[in-house]
Amino acid sequence: MKLHSSDNSKTLKMNHRFIGVLLILWIGVWSLKAQSYENASQHQCLKCHSKNSYTYMNTVKGKEEHRLMNPYFVLDTVAMASGVHKQFDCTDCHSSEYASYPHNGNLKLEPMNSCLDCHGGDESFASYHFERVEEEFKKSVHYKAYGDNFSCSKCHSQHTYMATARNSSSVKDIVDYSNKMCLSCHSDMKKYQLVSGHENPQLVKVHDWLPNQELHFQHVRCIECHTEVTDSLMVSHNILAKEQALKNCVECHSADSKLKASLYKYQNLQKRSEDGGLLSVLSNESYIIGTHQSPLLQLASIIIFLAVVAGIVIHSMFRIFKK
Amino acid sequence: MGSNKIYFYPIWLRIWHGFNAIGIIVLIITGISMQASIESSLIAFNTAVNLHNVAGIIVSLSYLVFFFGNLFTKNGRYYLIKISGFLKRPVKQAYYYAWGMFHGMSAPYPLSEKRKFNPLQKYFYVIVMYMAVPLVIVSGIALFFPELIIEKVFAFSGISITAVVHSAMGFFISIFLVIHLYVASIGKSPAENFKSIISGWHHV
Repeated sequence: MKLHSSDNSKTLKMNHRFIGVLLILWIGVWSLKAQSYENASQHQCLKCHSKNSYTYMNTVKGKEEHRLMNPYFVLDTVAMASGVHKQFDCTDCHSSEYASYPHNGNLKLEPMNSCLDCHGGDESFASYHFERVEEEFKKSVHYKAYGDNFSCSKCHSQHTYMATARNSSSVKDIVDYSNKMCLSCHSDMKKYQLVSGHENPQLVKVHDWLPNQELHFQHVRCIECHTEVTDSLMVSHNILAKEQALKNCVECHSADSKLKASLYKYQNLQKRSEDGGLLSVLSNESYIIGTHQSPLLQLASIIIFLAVVAGIVIHSMFRIFKK
Repeated sequence: MGSNKIYFYPIWLRIWHGFNAIGIIVLIITGISMQASIESSLIAFNTAVNLHNVAGIIVSLSYLVFFFGNLFTKNGRYYLIKISGFLKRPVKQAYYYAWGMFHGMSAPYPLSEKRKFNPLQKYFYVIVMYMAVPLVIVSGIALFFPELIIEKVFAFSGISITAVVHSAMGFFISIFLVIHLYVASIGKSPAENFKSIISGWHHV
């Protein structure tokens, strides 16, 4: 019995502790929820920065004002909630002084964090080779055109970026996601002009020479032809000048295809071909022209051809000497 | 009998044969060039693709001449295969080519106004013209408009299957052409049959 009562008091204590922990957790979750991107209207920053217009109290005039939001400062909260940085809050990177409005004008003079400030020299990101990426990027036309002002975020939106190429098993999704990064400037006159100082070339016209343009754009990334392929990086980031871009069909359409070293380098895509059985390897090789897709057919065709030639030679010999 | 001449090849047939011959030769050369992806080959890849497309369209159109020509003229009857001796007749002809002709045997199926092709020849022509060429044309049109192709056939890529069918049939036609040209040289003189397909007249 005694044993029993002491057991009871223990349970009671445990219960108190449990409720305490629950309470802390609940407060934690509640405060996180208040900051969550998913509930933008409750979020201190996003209640304005997820909408096309915002309302604020003009203390000088003493009245409430309704204004348009600069469209470049409107954030896609749905994309943010699934981006790689979703666990961070705005003020983790932006100054906490942004919490007040009107924002202090001097804040925009403060340097922003760059990717390498967090990702550089970090063991847990070693497989991404951020330092090597920067090295290659500094050789690229982007760096040459715009110097240090061409930040990573020009292509990889820090707010919404997803590592699609490493995680998706759909070539089309990977290609689409990657190409949209390029198109965000290359099919946007204002953004393109900001960096280059001149108008953007018409992509459909420039790629006029490419047969089945639409299919190519759906199935291969711009960077397949416009970057230098390196063995040590998934994407070299050395975006080449247009004169150096690949313009030779056989670089991809051959057994020794360049695509194997670029797009199909991702293990998730290689794995896909293994999952589907031996035969579906073919589906990854469909960029190779003709029977060369199948080494067996290739061998058979050579043997048949040689046999026919041998037959003809022997027959002609008989015709010449036997008559 | 020796100087007997038969008008074997009507003008429409010779025109078709001419276009077909030039087209097929261009298709084979450009096809091999593309397939082998030889960068330093005589024809640049882009040129090869363009030539292949143009020649493909010419051969497809000329196939219609062949198809309807055979359907609406009496030339079509030369392509009909007899059921009796279905295997025996071509084997006999093959035996003649491989053995008989070197041992004083006379041709088992001499050509006449009723018989333009020997049985073996007829079989090959039927297979090439009514199977291989239609398949190569259909798969070629599909590759010309790849958005038409079914994306997946079971685990296979539809484009992949179409491409393999196209090049396998192309290869078969190439082999046919080599044999066709060689066997054509087995005439009264090696050049005899080549003259006939140009003039239309065949010496029997």
